[in-house]
Amino acid sequence: MQKMKAGALSASKLIAKLRIHLSMCLSVFFGFMLSITSSQAAVLAADRVDVLYHSYEGGGMKIDGPSILLRKKATESVSVTAYYYLDSISSASVDVLSTASAYTEERNEGQLGIEYLHEKTIMSFNVRQSDEDDYFAQSLSFNVSHDTFGDLTNISMGFSYGDNDIKRNGDEVFEEESQQYRIRAGLNQILTRNLTASLSIEAIADDGYLNNPYRTVRYIDNSTPSGVGYQSEIYPQTRNSFATKLSASYYLPYRAALFFHYRYFSDSWEIKSNDVELGYRHPFGEAFELELKWRYYEQSQANFYSDLFAYKDAQNYLARDKELSDFDNMTVGIGITYSLLDSLSFGSSRSEASLQWDYIDFNYNNFRNPLAEGGVGNEALYGFSANVIRAFYSVYF
Amino acid sequence: MIKTIVKAVFLLSLMSLTGCASLSIEPWVKPYERQNLADPIMSASRHPIASKHVAHVLDGREAARGAEGAEGGGCGCN
Repeated sequence: MQKMKAGALSASKLIAKLRIHLSMCLSVFFGFMLSITSSQAAVLAADRVDVLYHSYEGGGMKIDGPSILLRKKATESVSVTAYYYLDSISSASVDVLSTASAYTEERNEGQLGIEYLHEKTIMSFNVRQSDEDDYFAQSLSFNVSHDTFGDLTNISMGFSYGDNDIKRNGDEVFEEESQQYRIRAGLNQILTRNLTASLSIEAIADDGYLNNPYRTVRYIDNSTPSGVGYQSEIYPQTRNSFATKLSASYYLPYRAALFFHYRYFSDSWEIKSNDVELGYRHPFGEAFELELKWRYYEQSQANFYSDLFAYKDAQNYLARDKELSDFDNMTVGIGITYSLLDSLSFGSSRSEASLQWDYIDFNYNNFRNPLAEGGVGNEALYGFSANVIRAFYSVYF
Repeated sequence: MIKTIVKAVFLLSLMSLTGCASLSIEPWVKPYERQNLADPIMSASRHPIASKHVAHVLDGREAARGAEGAEGGGCGCN
């Protein structure tokens, strides 16, 4: 714990550091913009509207709702995007049932974006807002990408800033906030006429109140009949993380596509994770397209996590969030897309209907189910599975 | 950590400045050889609204974040 305390940056030092890094990045960015040379033009993505219904069900949680994404060119060089997303949440998860009551809530999210195309460079600016009873988040994001080397290479970079206001339902006095800074870069390279690869890196720094204000940790307390006591979680005020992702796409000779992704993640809470994903997309006839997916994820636990602390106030920082524990999960997914006949589409537009289903199996290696038999600290390890469904309709116009 | 990413960004910018000309490397896949790569089935952003949902689902259940490839990100929840 001492090591962690020493490693944590104070908020002011962190912000000062980020300012320096931001100014360095801006210098690099303007150098990058100066390097843009006049040549054959790139194009903005096609105009489209997507309407989606999503559903997640597993581990005592049911989350569903609609979503809409609109992309429209205002001119040949300017495109605007609008996005709306609703989560309707009904939660009776294992940590809610063990220390609180089931609840329902809604989360609304909106995004507006603008893209500007200049020769081979696309610049985009995006604002985002998410609103629920006890959490209000706003963020802005800037990205730039540029085709170079005979359009074989695309390089990109971007940064984001987010501001969050955190409240606790039933507690009028409670009011906290946090900030998030993101900086990222990417390189996409055509390797052969059938193979592309990309490398993405992103650093994220959080600063402020990072706890869940409702969650508690448990500790051995022989003074109570149950033998267990509860106290609020306490997290550090900063978190710095770094992620690297390598991807590849391969075109198979019989017109199908293979996808590969690998990501490595580490953070200042000593969590490390690996995830690998394989995808396969295969068209059938003129109208159908099949997608298959397999993904495996594993992570180690935060250095201040414990399923059961030995006594109250056992450490400076305390967590029993299963998302910070040692666990793995595996996903298998299938999707089908149907291109509608011209007679069923709107006017001269082209339409598609898609259905995707993911099955995710979670296995926790150091998070026990407090509702299970066996006595405090000897309960069965927790695990659950989830079904995720997306049904959406896309119109290209 | 952030120094590393700034260095990487600088190197990428330098590559764009030189266009690999200093290395005497010519683009080896010509525009007319890219019809397979231009096929919509090869697009990583074939279904952008679905990609956003996948990223959101994982963001709320895993500690890892960043470099997802989908815009937005962030759970926006507790």
